[in-house]
Amino acid sequence: MKKITLAAVALAFSASAALAQDVVRMGTEGAYPPFNFINDDNELEGFEIDLGNEMCARANLSCEWVINDWDTIIPNLVAGNYDTIIAGMSITEARSEVISFTQNYKEPDPSRYAALIGTDASVIDSGVIATQSNTVQAGYVAETDADLIEFPTPDETIAAVRAGEADAVLADGDFLRPIVEESSDLEFIGEPMHIGGGVGMGVRQSDVELRETFDAVITEMKEDGSLNELLIRWFGEDTPTF
Amino acid sequence: MFQFCADPATLPDWQWFACYLTTGTHLAFYRSFLVVMALLAVVAPLALGMGLLGALALRARLFPVNMLGRGYVNLVRGVPDIVFFLFVPIALGQGIEWVLHHIHCPDWDQPIRQGNDFIVCREAKMPPVGASAWARNIYAFSMAAIAFALVFGAFVANTLYGAMQAVPRAQVETAEAYGMTRAQAFRRVVMPQMWIFALPGLSNIWQILIKSTPLLFLLGIQDAVYWARELGGAKTSLYTYPHPDWRVWYFLALLVFYLMLTWSSEKGFGALTARLSRGQATAEGDRQRKAAA
Repeated sequence: MKKITLAAVALAFSASAALAQDVVRMGTEGAYPPFNFINDDNELEGFEIDLGNEMCARANLSCEWVINDWDTIIPNLVAGNYDTIIAGMSITEARSEVISFTQNYKEPDPSRYAALIGTDASVIDSGVIATQSNTVQAGYVAETDADLIEFPTPDETIAAVRAGEADAVLADGDFLRPIVEESSDLEFIGEPMHIGGGVGMGVRQSDVELRETFDAVITEMKEDGSLNELLIRWFGEDTPTF
Repeated sequence: MFQFCADPATLPDWQWFACYLTTGTHLAFYRSFLVVMALLAVVAPLALGMGLLGALALRARLFPVNMLGRGYVNLVRGVPDIVFFLFVPIALGQGIEWVLHHIHCPDWDQPIRQGNDFIVCREAKMPPVGASAWARNIYAFSMAAIAFALVFGAFVANTLYGAMQAVPRAQVETAEAYGMTRAQAFRRVVMPQMWIFALPGLSNIWQILIKSTPLLFLLGIQDAVYWARELGGAKTSLYTYPHPDWRVWYFLALLVFYLMLTWSSEKGFGALTARLSRGQATAEGDRQRKAAA
């Protein structure tokens, strides 16, 4: 009898342990509208928040959001402070050496240059270009003849252009579009460019199971069209869908 | 917050601002000032304790203890603060997990370091798996407090050591002539008198500590600087309260806050100096004696 009780207790414990394990901590930046941002009620909002919550619901995981600086978002994933990065991160070779990615949940969107109205497009090759640090755009500008200044947050890159500190900003078109449309002093210059691959979710390289789980959910959401719905809701009708 | 905040776009200016300044993010901004004050309240006594231990180690005759004190003081003072703030929480966090891992999971056969990843078993996770956000915040805050205490403790140690040396040697000799042991002379003569010599140095360190609190942001704690930057940035109509770049006003508020804090603590130190100078053979003590006479 005693043995049976013990076994039952052990079983209960392992069951509760398995349940507790299902808390997945999702790391995001919370400063990159419309991908992810903190709204006025101090809550996370954006495309990736909706997507992340939906994926967790489908995979039967309970998820918890963690906000982390962009600059340390990969080291803190690797250190185990959270389990996934879902922060508008483009899938690149350099990043894939450190962490692994799920398949992309958003097609690559062309990067754009934005500058004060009347700025000559030649600044793209010879001027000062602002980007967020550790982004694919920063890597791109470093390869051109233009001078690069990097900022820790996307918001500061725009402020630098307005302050005249930089001639133009290079960033994801999705991020720049609402800003340029609503302001009276900024416009796009130059042609849209494809830099980097699509946007995917980052997980630790040792977390194969978690990556496979999310991969399967993304496939499912691509097939039933729910991912497209989300993309259109947050990025508009013209955004590339699956 | 207020009844009329339902549709901010149609509000007159003063109501718009009343709503804007009471949003959830602004309340978090106001709370973050309390976090800064809490950190100061926790770190000050911790650093003073570390400093006292360090100073005693520096004075110790026992060679290993003396070397430990010197090593601590010189190492920490010689490395940029910011490196320590980044190093201590990571090293301490992984150290704790490593120890817990070896206690809870002795049968674990995989290596802890796999490439870039630091992997310990579930039971060894710190903070524990499934801990509330609140518990995690406390954990991060404690890590930050320990890092601050370690760094500032080294400066305090050197200041206190100097202050102990500054107590006139003749007084210690007199105490020993009365038959006190070395320890008794230290407790009864050196300790009570050293503070007046330590005070200018301690007030310096305190001011620097206040000014260092924005480093909290580096440790992933959402302090006042984080919120000022976040709230001040230009907001598109995706937000309920769109506005242009207002960072200058937010940083101005921070400036006023920090200036008030340092100004009022300077007052506090002034009062403390007057109190501790009483009966001392220092210029201030002399002046007090003459004024009283």
